[in-house]
Amino acid sequence: MVRLPLVLLFSAVLFSAGVYGVLARRNAVMVLMAIELMLNAVNVNLVAFATALRDVVGQVFALFVIAVAAAEVGIGLAIVILLYRTRESINVDEVNLLRW
Amino acid sequence: MTPDLDLVPFVPELVLVAAAIVGLLYEALARGPRYPVHLAVALAGIVVASGATLALWRYGGDPTVLAGAIATDRLAVLARLTVLGAAFCGLLLGTHAIERDPAAARGEFFPLLLFATTGMTLIVAAADLIVVFLALEVLSLSLYVLTGLPGRRAASEASLKYFLLGAFSSAFFLYGVAMVYGATGTTRIPEIANALVGRTGEQGLALLAAALLLIGLGFKVSAAPFHMWTPDVYQGAPTSVTAFMSAATKVAAFAALIRVFDVGLQALRWDWTPLVAALAAVSVVLGSVLAIAQADVKRMLAYSSVAHAGFILTGLTASNADGIGASLFYLIAYSAMTIGSFAVVGVTTTRGEDRTDLDAYRGLYRRDPHLAAAMALFLVSLAGVPPTAGFIAKVGVFGAAIGAGYVWLALLGVLASVAAAYVYLRVIVLMFMVEPEEALVSDPAPLPRIAIAIGAAIVLVLGLFPGLVTDLVRSAAVLRW
Repeated sequence: MVRLPLVLLFSAVLFSAGVYGVLARRNAVMVLMAIELMLNAVNVNLVAFATALRDVVGQVFALFVIAVAAAEVGIGLAIVILLYRTRESINVDEVNLLRW
Repeated sequence: MTPDLDLVPFVPELVLVAAAIVGLLYEALARGPRYPVHLAVALAGIVVASGATLALWRYGGDPTVLAGAIATDRLAVLARLTVLGAAFCGLLLGTHAIERDPAAARGEFFPLLLFATTGMTLIVAAADLIVVFLALEVLSLSLYVLTGLPGRRAASEASLKYFLLGAFSSAFFLYGVAMVYGATGTTRIPEIANALVGRTGEQGLALLAAALLLIGLGFKVSAAPFHMWTPDVYQGAPTSVTAFMSAATKVAAFAALIRVFDVGLQALRWDWTPLVAALAAVSVVLGSVLAIAQADVKRMLAYSSVAHAGFILTGLTASNADGIGASLFYLIAYSAMTIGSFAVVGVTTTRGEDRTDLDAYRGLYRRDPHLAAAMALFLVSLAGVPPTAGFIAKVGVFGAAIGAGYVWLALLGVLASVAAAYVYLRVIVLMFMVEPEEALVSDPAPLPRIAIAIGAAIVLVLGLFPGLVTDLVRSAAVLRW
């Protein structure tokens, strides 16, 4: 039996890694993957709480999050492809037509 | 326990989804010019959904139905009606954009707008954090696509920015939801409220959750310092979509914020109201000051939207019926003025998205006096000058903040309003007192003018006779759970 604080710490580290990835990565696909990391950190949290509380809602919620994350990746990649067609680049630093 | 299957409070969403699916099938199967049928289906869906929502005003059943997922209170009814009104106007504007530029037309616009509306009407009635999250994603994912739908470079860049920052903020919101679940053992908002009441021990988890939820919803309402996406997305998106989402997203996200914080986290209000006050102060100042520097009307209105998010948050620092009522009134008034002003932006010239710079407004009065008068009315209302809705709304939120002891915030809001008045008056001076330099023609199409007329009528009626809705707003502000 893994102790709850340890799991929460793990998920916090995972979430922070995702936040760092979103802020530091320049490739739009890598940013998308970092966001997935953040969502999965939440899933770990939900399942850990559900186990500790002996409640099923958290696990159901985690399933919803997985489904939504899949939809999000679908739309995200479509937008990246749209941008690649018009710009030949998916570097988020070069997305600068609109600024200030 | 058998689940309670009272579907009546859920009918508006069912109608909207049905209309959206009909639209998708029609788009896939039909040939030839399709937008008149699309428009008819979508408008029918919105009108029927509005009727079903109106019938809920006198709903006498349980406070929540469908196993605690959907709230049946009047806050949900009033916010839904505002969202549906915004969607109605957005449909008119979008149809006009398709008529003007049939080559860039996408029939998916109509179903996507209906799906976004479904997400918005669902989130204002969501009484379970799982439903809040799902509705938030339904509306966000639809709006990301609507933003990038024209496929032009500015639109696709705006779409990517909106998507990345929106998904980023959703993750924060979700982390907050997980923390609430861990702290209270439930995701139902009324049960969260009961679990937190009278608890004296360790509140660390719940406080962390409150902060994360505020970040996530702060992104959606575009409160500073979480507003970075707003100017880019408002400028890059098609003007019809900007008009719709600037009003409807704000109503939806604020209604969710009211329900999560004023019901679920009511017990922690002494901890989160200072955070809301700080967000309000930063939004009001940043939005007003940065609007001055803009040379593009859509960007200017985007920064103005940040400032208005700050004013609405000012009302919410009073976490009672007064504050909620003032914020609701502000949301209704703001929806009318922002849709109206973006509708004017769409028809100021026949060149649509190419000319949204301030120079296009030089001498608008000479070209089209009615349009200039309507724009002046919206700008005066955004500035908060009587006798318009914007003035009454500002008085309400400042009064609520003073009642809650945030006198400094109300003073800051008044000062920022004065600074922001310069922004709006500058456009009015350009329209009325400067001679036109170029031979521009304003678009005479009837559909956007209907939306402009609706917006202008609401701004004037709410400004002159606020008593017509204050009773409705007051009874909607009393949340029962």
